[in-house]
Amino acid sequence: MSEQPDISPRPGLIRRFLNLPTDSVPKTVAVAVTLCLVASMVVSAAAVTLRPVQEANALRNKLVNILQVAGVYDPEVDVLEAFEAFETHVLDLDTGTFTDRFDPATFDDAAAAENPETSVVLTDDPAGIGRQARFVSVYVLRDVAGEIDKVVLPIHGYGLWSTLYGFIAVEENGNDIYGLQFYDHAETPGLGAEVDNPRWRALWNGQRLFGDDGSLQITVGRTAPAAGADYHIDGLSGATLTTTGVNNLVRFWMGETGYAPFLENLRSGEM
Amino acid sequence: MAQTRKDMLTDPLVDNNPITLQVLGICSALAVTSSLQVSFVMALAVTLVTAFSSMFISMLRNHIPGSIRIIVQMVIIASLVIVVDQILKAYAYEISKTLSVFVGLIITNCIVMGRAEAFAMKNPPVASFIDGIGNGMGYGLILMLVGFVRELFGAGSLFGVTILQTVNNGGWYVPNGLLLLPPSAFFLIGLIIWAFRSWKPEQVEKREYKIQTVEAH
Repeated sequence: MSEQPDISPRPGLIRRFLNLPTDSVPKTVAVAVTLCLVASMVVSAAAVTLRPVQEANALRNKLVNILQVAGVYDPEVDVLEAFEAFETHVLDLDTGTFTDRFDPATFDDAAAAENPETSVVLTDDPAGIGRQARFVSVYVLRDVAGEIDKVVLPIHGYGLWSTLYGFIAVEENGNDIYGLQFYDHAETPGLGAEVDNPRWRALWNGQRLFGDDGSLQITVGRTAPAAGADYHIDGLSGATLTTTGVNNLVRFWMGETGYAPFLENLRSGEM
Repeated sequence: MAQTRKDMLTDPLVDNNPITLQVLGICSALAVTSSLQVSFVMALAVTLVTAFSSMFISMLRNHIPGSIRIIVQMVIIASLVIVVDQILKAYAYEISKTLSVFVGLIITNCIVMGRAEAFAMKNPPVASFIDGIGNGMGYGLILMLVGFVRELFGAGSLFGVTILQTVNNGGWYVPNGLLLLPPSAFFLIGLIIWAFRSWKPEQVEKREYKIQTVEAH
């Protein structure tokens, strides 16, 4: 290797570097620094060039979850095409009505949650999310007659290790749950991550959120409340803290600071 | 080394298999083998990382100071693993979600470090590359064997294609739930090691102790 003709513009430096005794201190430092520089460049180059594809995947994953939670996912159909069945609206949580203040196509939920004008700091924060956006993108599925069939509402909150991001699909009566699904979390595989288990998710179908008097009754956990089994989802064995987190976040988002005004409007048929 | 290149490639498959003979890389072999597709991707990732890290380390071997040798190896291996992880997230998103932390944990896979330290530091780049491919394939072979049994009898399918119609889907086959849990891979790897060592008795390790008969006083 050392006998090759040297075409480097500064042969002296590189040659001196290579000829240093391998175990000497200058060479050790030089090798460490060079290696770190090269390795970090390789890693950043890979991360930067692949980011657009990864973001497209994450978006696709989110759309697939919206389709799945509403029960209209078909692996044969292109996701973007299937998603056209949904209307996207920006919901004003305070009034519980759709707002035209923002364009749904360009509305950025993550940015809205950070902007002080569109979000509030929660003092009572059972879901552990800190700031809550008062404007949220929601997805509406209509039946052939043009009536609302289901609404898909984004929810998130803290479990045991991580924030769980997901969707809850509610029937047109604003009370019956159609499904619940999380698309991003880092709970313990085999225990808390069983929130992804289709058999557990199936328990949500047909459960009710609000009692006859309009108060929030839904719970997730060990024992069914007095309100009865229609308002209860059995918790995950071995994942008490994740289950508690799900209970808190669902009750928070279905409560007065969450979607309750909107669901009330749905129930009374004002939407 | 009197080994030919073909030997370097085939030797780690059975005669010097990293899992069954050296008992390395067990953690990921337990974790990712519940389906064949995931096992295959994991095997491919480990093979590529082992081959390229061995090659790069071998290229630098005359300039790696002994005092920071392990760290230099780790930096090279870790960078490659991150690149593989990024590629999986971009082009195999579903599989990367299933593999989750285990791609990152290739960094700590003893097979990769083992080949870097035992082979690549003393051999030229091409030989090290082939040695890495061979060892990755040896690891992959066991993963595929375990994955085959676990997916077929645990879920009734192979590569996601239903072979045995399970009761839940209206068929006749009652799947063995144990096979979907990581401990079952322990039993399967144990059985494979037993089979290999019965076939090739020279792999059996010498006893470290000998029971002696002592005269009673």
